[in-house]
Amino acid sequence: MISDAKPDRQTWGLDHQFDSVDQQRESSFLGMWIFLVTEIMFFGGLFATYIVYRGQNTDGFVAGSHELDITLGAVNTAVLIGSSLTMALAVWAAQTDRRKATVWFILATILLGGVFLGVKVVEYGAKFEHHLVPGPEFHWPGPEKTESVQMFFNLYFLMTGLHALHMIIGIGILAVLAWLAWRGVFSASNHNLVEGVGLYWHFVDIVWIFLFPLLYLLGRSG
Amino acid sequence: MSERQGPRRQHYLNATWGLKSWLLTKDHKRIAILYLLGITVFFFIGGLFAVLIRLELATPAGDMVQPDTYNRLFTMHGVMMIFFFLIPSIPAVLGNFLIPLMIGAKDLAFPKLNLASWYIYMLGGSFALWAMFNGGVDTGWTFYTPFSTTFSNSYVIATALGIFILGFSSILTGLNFVVTIHRMRAPGLTWFRLPLFVWAQYATSLIQILGTPVLAVTILLVAAERLLHIGIFDPALGGDPVLFQHLFWFYSHPAVYIMVLPSMGVISELITAFARKRIFGYQFVAFASIAIAVLGFLVWGHHMFVSSQSVYAGVVFSFLSMFVAVPSAVKVFNWTATLYQGSISWDTPMLYALGFIGLFTIGGLTGVMLSTLGIDIHVHDTYFVVAHFHYIMVGGAIMGYLGGLHFWWPKITGRLYPVFWSKLSALMIFVGFNLTFFPQFLLGYMGMPRRYHAYPEEFQVLNVMSSAGATILGVGYLIPMIYFVWSMRYGERASSNPWGAVGLEWETTSPPPSHNFLEPPTVDHEAYDYVRRAQEQRVA
Repeated sequence: MISDAKPDRQTWGLDHQFDSVDQQRESSFLGMWIFLVTEIMFFGGLFATYIVYRGQNTDGFVAGSHELDITLGAVNTAVLIGSSLTMALAVWAAQTDRRKATVWFILATILLGGVFLGVKVVEYGAKFEHHLVPGPEFHWPGPEKTESVQMFFNLYFLMTGLHALHMIIGIGILAVLAWLAWRGVFSASNHNLVEGVGLYWHFVDIVWIFLFPLLYLLGRSG
Repeated sequence: MSERQGPRRQHYLNATWGLKSWLLTKDHKRIAILYLLGITVFFFIGGLFAVLIRLELATPAGDMVQPDTYNRLFTMHGVMMIFFFLIPSIPAVLGNFLIPLMIGAKDLAFPKLNLASWYIYMLGGSFALWAMFNGGVDTGWTFYTPFSTTFSNSYVIATALGIFILGFSSILTGLNFVVTIHRMRAPGLTWFRLPLFVWAQYATSLIQILGTPVLAVTILLVAAERLLHIGIFDPALGGDPVLFQHLFWFYSHPAVYIMVLPSMGVISELITAFARKRIFGYQFVAFASIAIAVLGFLVWGHHMFVSSQSVYAGVVFSFLSMFVAVPSAVKVFNWTATLYQGSISWDTPMLYALGFIGLFTIGGLTGVMLSTLGIDIHVHDTYFVVAHFHYIMVGGAIMGYLGGLHFWWPKITGRLYPVFWSKLSALMIFVGFNLTFFPQFLLGYMGMPRRYHAYPEEFQVLNVMSSAGATILGVGYLIPMIYFVWSMRYGERASSNPWGAVGLEWETTSPPPSHNFLEPPTVDHEAYDYVRRAQEQRVA
């Protein structure tokens, strides 16, 4: 990389376009937050679609949500919140120059993310067995219109699938982060990347916090 | 990188040599040139489709191409021009080159991301080109369902995927600009001292950030429906095609402002530079950009007056659409007021700027007509609409783009272009444009529908006028291509400030050095302070 920065204490890790470490840190966080705004708009389109179709197919959506495993969903919610905790601890460890703790907390986050995806695989498998995957094999024995219930499962798979894709990407990034942390790249004065990835991970967590009630809980009491 | 080569002054163009030094560059100025090359290619491909369309429409009978081919022609024209030319044009070329220079920064906040955006753009473009060479797509650039998901027998997914990928480039460019404008300004350069081009780019970036992801997810839903045969928008499977239109226009109406807002920013620079005056009502023009960006998100329903959208929604969207005219008119009036008692010179960029004001006014006023429910139902899907949006996109956006290119060309390349040919081509573009598109207002009002390859004989005179105008317009676009390339080798060398304009980009050399400024600049005065400059010159 071409850089004018001299390798002294004040400017180590400073890219050439910035004047100070503070400016670089503020820029990278602002960039990350703006990226998360785009992610909110992305999932926002799906949420809007969900709301419109729920209004048009309320019966089918209620029936569909009864087919989801609320226990597994709740367990997964707890697992994901736990992973956000370990991620926050990884950021704290990086900020306070604890190299080994940083690595371990990132690995714990990866593990919990893996557990979440594993549970999701079990849930998806059950839907295959019950012919609840949209397509020619879809079968709905209940009194509700088949298209209505199928629309619920269209959105269920799209929304949880895109969420899972974000998790998989996040786990990949975390793996690189763990390797960098193990090599001792991060320090009290240089941990922007850990914090940025942390923001992303919390965002993916929050998406699930909205998906869980929308897909599993809404209409359940009725 | 910084060793000097001989006696010649070193700048960003000759700092390093070889293809690799360009393809791996992180310099925003070189990336702007890379975009310029890509965008020009897509512009001429899109233009080629326009040529074929106008050739077919020169005669009433559908005698040159099959109806199905014609569908592909206008679709590919729209896709290429909108997504691959207009949306990236000013932001990716002029914005990329100028924002760091205008705010006194060494580069954008994220130079590597900037280069990645260009590769993403080219990758998206390759998908669209691949689809085009294999037979193209026939859905119209709007991809309306259920035709696009169920019935169309063309390369919908490849084209849509190209647009999906391109969207990331647009998002990342917007993100880069917003962070740069927030965090990288030179000492003393407060928000209200920024050039209005920067304000316009900021407003544009907000739209790119907020709108593009919604298009991305919509495209994903269309692709899922088409690939997996599940019913998301297909009414036969319980879907709602009108929902697709809502999602699509939620992005695609604001996208119009992605195209025209940067152009408005360019015009603010040109008018002040060639009237030698501070802009009239700086803060109004700055906030008008933000207002257009915000209001632009609230008017998408005016594309759907004849869909099954509720009448009440139609009334609200109609009112809000008229409301967008307010900040747009603020800009037009303020530019005009800036000209008043100005010391006006008629250089080529100024010709484009004045052309822009006239054409944009016609495009904007017909937009107000179209936002009226009754008129819209009468002229819906006719050439009136086609003429209206071409006045905004070609008469507005492209005039601004070319005006800006002529204004900053000496800065970008360090060379001047021939005055006579540039003024001639500006005039040809203005005349050719009006001859092409004004008759289309009349055709549309008389009831000629868009997107047909044949028409009744009584429409022929106006259609021939339109095709003749398109020929003049096409030549008008080719001439700058030639003299710009010519000027890079044979053009007279430009001084650092050939127009005598104010602004940080004119205080560095032409072309600028790799890190933009030899001394980091500071700012202690307002934008467009031509009075101060005149006093300084008098003292000198």
